[in-house]
Amino acid sequence: MADEHAIATKLPVGAIDTRATGWWAMIFTVFTEASLFAYLLFSYYYLAVQPHLPGTFPQGGTPTLSLALPDTIILLSSSIAVAWAQFHIEHNDKRHLVWGLAIAAFLGMIFVAIQYFEWADKSFSLPSSTYSSLYFTVTGFHMAHVIVGVFILWALCFWSAKGYFNRVRYAHIHIGGLYWHFVDAVWIFIFFTFYITPLLGLKS
Amino acid sequence: MTAAEFERYERAPTIAPATKPGLAEALKQLWETEPGIKGILGTVDHKKIGLRYIVTAFAFLIAGGVEALIFRLQLAGPNLKLLTPEQYDQLFTMHGMTMIFLYAGPILSGFSNYLWPLILGARDMALPRLNALSYWIYLCSGIFMYAAFLFGFGPNDGWFNYVPYAARAYNGGPNIDFYALGIILLGISTTVGSINFVVTFLRLRAPGMSLNRIPILAWGTVTASAANIFAIPAVSLAFFLLWLDRNLGTHFFDVPAGGQPLLWQHLFWMFGHPWVYAIVLPAMGMVSDGLPVFCRRPLVGYTAVALGTVATMVLGFGVWVHHMFATGLPSISLSFFSAASIIIVVPSAVAVFAWIATIWTGKPVFTTAFMFFASFIVLFTIGGVSGFMTGSVPVDWQLTDTYFVVAHIHYVLIGINVFPVAGAIYFWFPKFTGKMLDERLGRWNFWTMFVGFNLGFFPMHISGLLGMPRRIYTYPDGMGWDWLNLITTFGAFVFAVGVLLLIINIVVSHRRGAAAGANPWDAPTLEWSVSSPPPPYNFAVIPTIGSRHPLWEGRFPPEADESRSYIEGGMVLDRGRETIATSALDAQPSVILKMPEDSLSPIVLALALTAFFAGLGLNWWWLAAIGIAAVGIDLFVWLWPEPSLGETAEPANG
Repeated sequence: MADEHAIATKLPVGAIDTRATGWWAMIFTVFTEASLFAYLLFSYYYLAVQPHLPGTFPQGGTPTLSLALPDTIILLSSSIAVAWAQFHIEHNDKRHLVWGLAIAAFLGMIFVAIQYFEWADKSFSLPSSTYSSLYFTVTGFHMAHVIVGVFILWALCFWSAKGYFNRVRYAHIHIGGLYWHFVDAVWIFIFFTFYITPLLGLKS
Repeated sequence: MTAAEFERYERAPTIAPATKPGLAEALKQLWETEPGIKGILGTVDHKKIGLRYIVTAFAFLIAGGVEALIFRLQLAGPNLKLLTPEQYDQLFTMHGMTMIFLYAGPILSGFSNYLWPLILGARDMALPRLNALSYWIYLCSGIFMYAAFLFGFGPNDGWFNYVPYAARAYNGGPNIDFYALGIILLGISTTVGSINFVVTFLRLRAPGMSLNRIPILAWGTVTASAANIFAIPAVSLAFFLLWLDRNLGTHFFDVPAGGQPLLWQHLFWMFGHPWVYAIVLPAMGMVSDGLPVFCRRPLVGYTAVALGTVATMVLGFGVWVHHMFATGLPSISLSFFSAASIIIVVPSAVAVFAWIATIWTGKPVFTTAFMFFASFIVLFTIGGVSGFMTGSVPVDWQLTDTYFVVAHIHYVLIGINVFPVAGAIYFWFPKFTGKMLDERLGRWNFWTMFVGFNLGFFPMHISGLLGMPRRIYTYPDGMGWDWLNLITTFGAFVFAVGVLLLIINIVVSHRRGAAAGANPWDAPTLEWSVSSPPPPYNFAVIPTIGSRHPLWEGRFPPEADESRSYIEGGMVLDRGRETIATSALDAQPSVILKMPEDSLSPIVLALALTAFFAGLGLNWWWLAAIGIAAVGIDLFVWLWPEPSLGETAEPANG
């Protein structure tokens, strides 16, 4: 091979679907974030099984589902909206891409608003007890992630509206979408921990 | 859209010899960091970042060493009054924190950053700007914690910072707050750095470098990095919960309100024990790659060593409770973690026997690098045996919180980190600078360090067995520890002279060392195929790899699946900054990556994050708000889809 020539196989150039390095970086970002939530929930269960006075864990009794359940459904719907957007860009439909992202971002904002009302509704605050510390810290961590995710979705929506992406080059959508699906999925674990396990008997 | 549309985003790379006229100049134009302040602050060259890591970590090694020397003077004899208890507490805590967090991890990141693209056959790390970010945050977090120390607010509760002593009620100053926030900041650096290593390992190996052809250094660092990805959140969370307890009145760790101090120990050691392996496995990898060069044969048991590396880490996640044997946990838990702590010896021993067999069956050349690598095996074994001993619960109950444990951790961390690092400096300095280190001074350097280290730290085993507790600022006479402590202090100073000789050798040889040439040791791996120091683009053409030792092919009978590597020619990739990504297992070409230009986004992001954490530390909420807003804006600019990076619908050049 002393002389110069081109090889027969063509290779894609740039950030292409799951071959983009950003996609791989986001996978491992999700792993480390998931670990963070695993340690948060470990802390909850570890402290939940310590001795507590009757009725103090959860403080104020088992939390009600009246806001949490609809909120959960709203958050999960937003993931469907992102998936819908991803489906459309893979078919080069840029208009539906923008709409899907905008709807998801709005649903995320509604989630945060409802969560805020639930916080305001509580009879206790962050420093009241170990339970209150856990409740606000864990849901607060998640809410911070949702807020970051909403910013990401709006940024993607803005870039999509500028026509930056098509069916070949849409790695940003893939990567941001992965983050959003993660933020939604991890809520299921938090929801189960805080709202369902006391119903199953994990309380003082 | 049709298949033709996709083809607009594809290209068949040209193949040419590495010596193609004009190619080197063109690539240099593309890849060289621009001169001046923007280049200094904005460079994404992994070689520059790697050297910065090494130099910065070495500066912290010196700082941590000086701290140790000061308190060793205080402990040289009984009833000394050189330091007050508070000064002693801050010094020993700063020493531990500096060595474990600011030296031991980052020094290895530095070597891996410099070497990885060169040994893997790539032109940079997979995420060059993230690499720069990792370094800048590391630097900022180090300055953050040292600034607090210089204002008199250094951490003072030992590097593992147990509650309740770290709680506000017992530790009223801002000392612990700055420690907590500094470690969280450093954790961000380690995490993004680890993600970069893992992605680079999976995606940026040269074509043909399948999983069984990767140098062990890369196995060590990728294993450590994967562990960090799962372990760092535990310590970041522990410190964050502590910060909340201290500043916002939460009750995670205080018992009257329903909290539990042991939660701290669990979270800390769930991180802490994997971290111990994270700061030794890459160093063991450097030995596994360096030692065979001086034995003139390939490493014995490559597959066993690579698998042993990974197995050690997996088991390393299941041993954290052995730091907590004396806390009154149920005996079933003690039995499980004791068994795990003893089993973990097996994969480590596999590596030890592989190194011994490599020396035994090779033709050793007694260079300074070889001496450091070989002595490491001895120190590793001593440190391993004392660790194995304390893995047994009854022995641990006797020895916990004594100087025996101090001896153990120093044999492990100096033996498995500092000695391999010193060897690695002798081995790779010629590649970094184009100059050889002086071998004669090297002998003095090695023997002073080796004798000083053993003189200083071996007696600690005995003072520990005699019952001397760790972390006491002084002790009465007549305990039978006086002379042991005097020897320890003396040995510590001899060891420090040894490190000083290393620094002198580096400074002198950097000025007037003998010229190195591309491959002064006649070593087998890819980094030795390029000039010393390497050009900014590393490889003029992308090499194709057929075996574990591309530069030694033909000398040993080839193994079954080996073929000849081809490094004299390959893919050219000269339309902008480009490198090749390959598939994760077999390393078949997968995509042509467009690599980023130099950028100020990383350093701005690091400064914004530091402002955020400083705001939290000082309870200046406005500063924290500005910091986090700046983080968001910076990321928006950084991540803007770029046509030149092939991120938008616009086809990039080619």
